[in-house]
Amino acid sequence: MLYVVIIFLWTAILLYLLMGGADFGAGIIELFTSEANKKQTRKTLYQAIGPIWEANHMWLIIAIVILFVGFPVIYSTMSVYLHIPLTVMLLGIIARGTAFTFRHYDAVVDDMQHLYNRIFVYSSFVTPLFLGIIAGSAVSGHIDPHAPDFLSAYVFSWLNWFSFTVGLFTVAICGFLAAIYIIGETTNESDKKRFIRKALVFNIAAVICGALVFIAAFIEKIPLIDWVFGNITGIICITAATLSLILLWVLLLKGKTQILRILAGFQVTMILLTTTFRHFPNIVLFKNGGHLSLMEHAGHEKTIEALGIALLAGSVFILPALFYLIYSFQKKSNAYPK
Amino acid sequence: MDDFLAARSQMALSLGFHIVFSCIGMVMPFFMAVAHYYWLKTNDVLYKNITKAWSKGVAIFFATGAVSGTVLSFELGLLWPGFMKHAGPIFGMPFSLEGTAFFIEAIALGFFLYGWNRFNPWFHWFTGVIVGISGLVSGILVVAANAWMNSPAGFDYVNGQYLNIDPMAAMFNDAWFSQALHMSIAAFVATGFAVAGIHALMILKGKNIQFHKKSFKIAAVFGAVAAIFQPLSGDISAKDVAQRQPAKLAAMEAHFHTEKNAALIVGGVPNPETKTVDYAIKIPGLLSFMAHGDTNAEVKGLDSIPAEDQPPVAITHYAFQIMVGLGMIMMVLAILYFIALWKKKHWQNSKWLLKFFVAATPMGFIAVEAGWTVTEVGRQPWIIHGVMRTADAVTPMPGIAYSFYLFTAVYVSLAAIVIFMLYRQINMVGQLYDLPADVKPKRD
Ligand code: HDD
Ligand code: HEM
Ligand code: HEM
Repeated sequence: MLYVVIIFLWTAILLYLLMGGADFGAGIIELFTSEANKKQTRKTLYQAIGPIWEANHMWLIIAIVILFVGFPVIYSTMSVYLHIPLTVMLLGIIARGTAFTFRHYDAVVDDMQHLYNRIFVYSSFVTPLFLGIIAGSAVSGHIDPHAPDFLSAYVFSWLNWFSFTVGLFTVAICGFLAAIYIIGETTNESDKKRFIRKALVFNIAAVICGALVFIAAFIEKIPLIDWVFGNITGIICITAATLSLILLWVLLLKGKTQILRILAGFQVTMILLTTTFRHFPNIVLFKNGGHLSLMEHAGHEKTIEALGIALLAGSVFILPALFYLIYSFQKKSNAYPK
Repeated sequence: MDDFLAARSQMALSLGFHIVFSCIGMVMPFFMAVAHYYWLKTNDVLYKNITKAWSKGVAIFFATGAVSGTVLSFELGLLWPGFMKHAGPIFGMPFSLEGTAFFIEAIALGFFLYGWNRFNPWFHWFTGVIVGISGLVSGILVVAANAWMNSPAGFDYVNGQYLNIDPMAAMFNDAWFSQALHMSIAAFVATGFAVAGIHALMILKGKNIQFHKKSFKIAAVFGAVAAIFQPLSGDISAKDVAQRQPAKLAAMEAHFHTEKNAALIVGGVPNPETKTVDYAIKIPGLLSFMAHGDTNAEVKGLDSIPAEDQPPVAITHYAFQIMVGLGMIMMVLAILYFIALWKKKHWQNSKWLLKFFVAATPMGFIAVEAGWTVTEVGRQPWIIHGVMRTADAVTPMPGIAYSFYLFTAVYVSLAAIVIFMLYRQINMVGQLYDLPADVKPKRD
C-alpha cells in the first residue's frame, strides 16, 4: 500500500506540474506579451483554462494532504525550514486565484481590471518560481537542522543559486506548457503563429535555465550530474526527452497540435522522473548528509492503508468526471465561440 | 507581539476568514438549485436570472474560499509542525476523503458555471446539486477532524508515544456528530439570513422588486427552517461538551464553583479574581438541567480544574452569550416569518418584517464566528484535548508576528475587494437582468 500512496503522491505532483503549470504559464505568457496583443491573448487563454482551472489546482491540495497524512515528519520538517518560501508561494496562490476570478466576474469593467490583470500576471510568475525554489531546496542539501542562527536555518535553506535556478526552470516549463496547450485552442492563423513563436521562445528559455541549474549545482557541489546521468533510467529518460525535443521542434514548425501536447507532457514527465528517481525514496536531503525518506518516514501502517484506500476510491469518482469535464469543453470549445 | 500569540492569532484569522466562504460554498448551491429548478419547471426567466446572478456571486466566493483553504492546509504545518507531526496520521482520514469531495466539487462547479446552453438542462441542474452536496460533505469531514482535537480517539498515548493508531476510530470520535450537525445547520442559518437580508434591503429600496422578492423567499425559507433547529442542535452540543470537556463548559458559563442545582448565567461580566459573575441574570437549576437533563445534577466548575489547564473564561463566556443570544433572536424572527407565510399573508409585504431581516443580515455569521471562538478558545490550553498543549506545538521559527501582520493585511484587503465586488454585482442586477423576457441579457 505504501507504494500506492507514493505513486499517488508522485502523480499528483506531476499532474500539478502539467495542468497547474499550464495554468500558471497562461499568466506568464500574458506577462511577456506586448501591449497590443494582450487583449486577444487573454481571451484565448481564458477560454482555454476557464472551466478546468479550479480542478487544476486541486492536485496541489491532494499532494499536501498525502504528505501530511502519510509522511507527517517530511511535511512538518519542510514547513519549518522552508517557512518563508512557502509563505511567499501561498501569497502568490491567494493573489492569483482571486485576481483570476475577480477579473472575470466583476460586474463592472473599469480601471479595476487593470489592477486584477497586474496582480494576476505577476503572481503567475512568482508562484511557480517559489514552487521550484521549494522543490530545489528540498534536495539541495542546504537544509540544516543544526543551524546556529536564524539566517542559516530559515533563509539560506532556500536562498541559494541551485534553488533559484530550479525556480526559473519551473517558470520556463510552465510558459512552455501553456504555449503548447494554447496552440490547439486558437481560432485563427495569426494567433496560432504567435503562440508557436511563444512556445519556441519558452522552449529555448527552458533549455537555458536547465543549463543554469547544472552550473549552479556544480558550483554548490550538488551531485546533479550523477543523479541524472549516473544510472541507466536517468540516461534513458534524458535521451528520450532530448529526442522528443527535436521531434517537437519539427512538429511545432508544422503546427501539429495534438501530438505536440502529448510530447510536451512526455518531456516534463521524463524530467520529473529523472530528477526524482535517483535519490528516491529520499525527498529531503540535509546539510549533514542525513535525509528524510518516503519509506522510513511514512506514517503508521494502518494510516497508510486507510490513505491508500481513500485515494483509490477517490480516483474512481474523480477520474471519469474529470475526463468528461475536459472532454466536453474541448470538444465544444470551438463550437460556442462567444 | 510574541511568536506564540502571533501564531494563534494568524490561525484564528485564517480560519475565521475561511469559514465565511466555506459556509457560502456549502449553502448557496442549494439556493441556486431551487431557483434553477423553478426556471426549468416554470420557464419564468426571473428564476434563470436569479440563478445566474447568484452563481456569479458564488464564483467569487468559491475562488476566495478555495485559496483560503489551500492556505490553511499549509498553515497547519507552517504554524503547528509539532502538532501535525503526530496528529497528521491520526486525524488525517477525513482530510484524505475531503480531498475527493473538494475535487468533485471543483469539477462539478466547472460544469455548472460554464455549462449554460451546453448540456442537457437537467444534467446541468444536477451538477449544481453535486456542488452543494460535495461542499456539505467536505464541511462535515473537516469538522470531524476538528472534533478529534476536542475529543481525541483512535490511538493510545503511552509515554509520549502515539500507538495503535486507528484512523477510522479517530474520524468517528465522540464529538464529530454533534459538531458536524451543529456546523451544517449553522451554515444554512448564516447564509440564509445574510442573503435574505441583502434582498430584503433591495426590496425596501424599491429596486427590481420581483427579482428580489423571489430571491428573498428562497433564502429566507432555508434560513428560517435552519434557525428553528439550531438551538435544538446547540442543546445536543452543550450536553456533549459537558460530558467530554467540563472545563470548556465551565468557561462558557463562567461557572466558577462546582455545585448541584447550578444556575444558568445569562450575560454578566465574569471576574476571575473574585470568581464571581457581576450583573448577570441567574436562572436556578437550568444549567444542571441543560448539561445533564436534571435540575439537581452536579455541574463541575472551574475550581475542579487545575489552574494551568483552565481556558480563558471571559472570551469563551462572551462568545457563548453572543452565539446563543443571536440564535434566539433569529429563531424568533424565523417563527414570525412562518406566521407570515401561513397565517398572516399580509405581513409578507409589510416593511417591518423586511426591516427585521435587514437587521439580521450579519447575525448568522457573527454567531458562527462566536461559536468557533467558544470551541477553539474553550479548548485551550490544549491543542489536542488532554494530550498535547498548544504551546508545545508551535513552530520554532521566530518572527511569526511579521507573518501575522502580512496575512492580516492580505485578508483585510481581500475582504474589502469581495465586499466591493458584491456591491457592484448587486447594483448591476437592474442593468443585467431587468430586460423583457425575450431580450437576452448582455453578459451571458
Ligand atoms: C448560526 C450560527 C449558530 C447559532 C445560531 C448557534 N450556534 Fe452554537 N456553534 C456554532 C454556530 C451557531 C458553530 C460556529 O457552528 C459552532 C462552532 C463549532 C461547532 O461545531 O459549531 C458552535 C458551537 C457550539 C457549542 C460548542 C461545541 C463544541 O465545542 O464542541 C455549543 C455548546 C453550542 N454551539 C451551543 C449553541 C446553543 C445552545 C445555541 C442556541 C441558540 C447555539 N449554539 C446557536
Ligand atoms: C472554520 C472554523 C474555525 C474557526 C473560526 C476556528 C477558530 C480558531 C481560533 C479562534 C483559534 C485560536 C484559539 C486560541 O489560540 O485561543 C483556533 C486555533 C486552532 N484551530 Fe481552529 N477554528 C476553526 C476550525 C478548525 C478546524 C476545522 C481545525 C482543524 C481541523 C482547526 C484547527 C485549529 C488549530 C490547529 C489551532 C491552533 C492551536 C490552538 O490554538 O489550539 N480549527 N481556531
Ligand atoms: C470548520 C471549518 C471548515 C469548514 C466548514 C470548511 C468547509 C469548506 C468548504 C465547504 C469548502 C469548499 C470551498 C467553497 O465552497 O468555498 C472548503 C474549501 C477548502 N477548505 Fe475548508 N473548511 C473548514 C476548515 C478548513 C481547514 C482547517 C482546512 C485545512 C486544513 C481547510 C481546507 C480547505 C481547502 C484546501 C479548500 C479548497 C478546496 C477547493 O478548492 O474546493 N478547510 N472548505
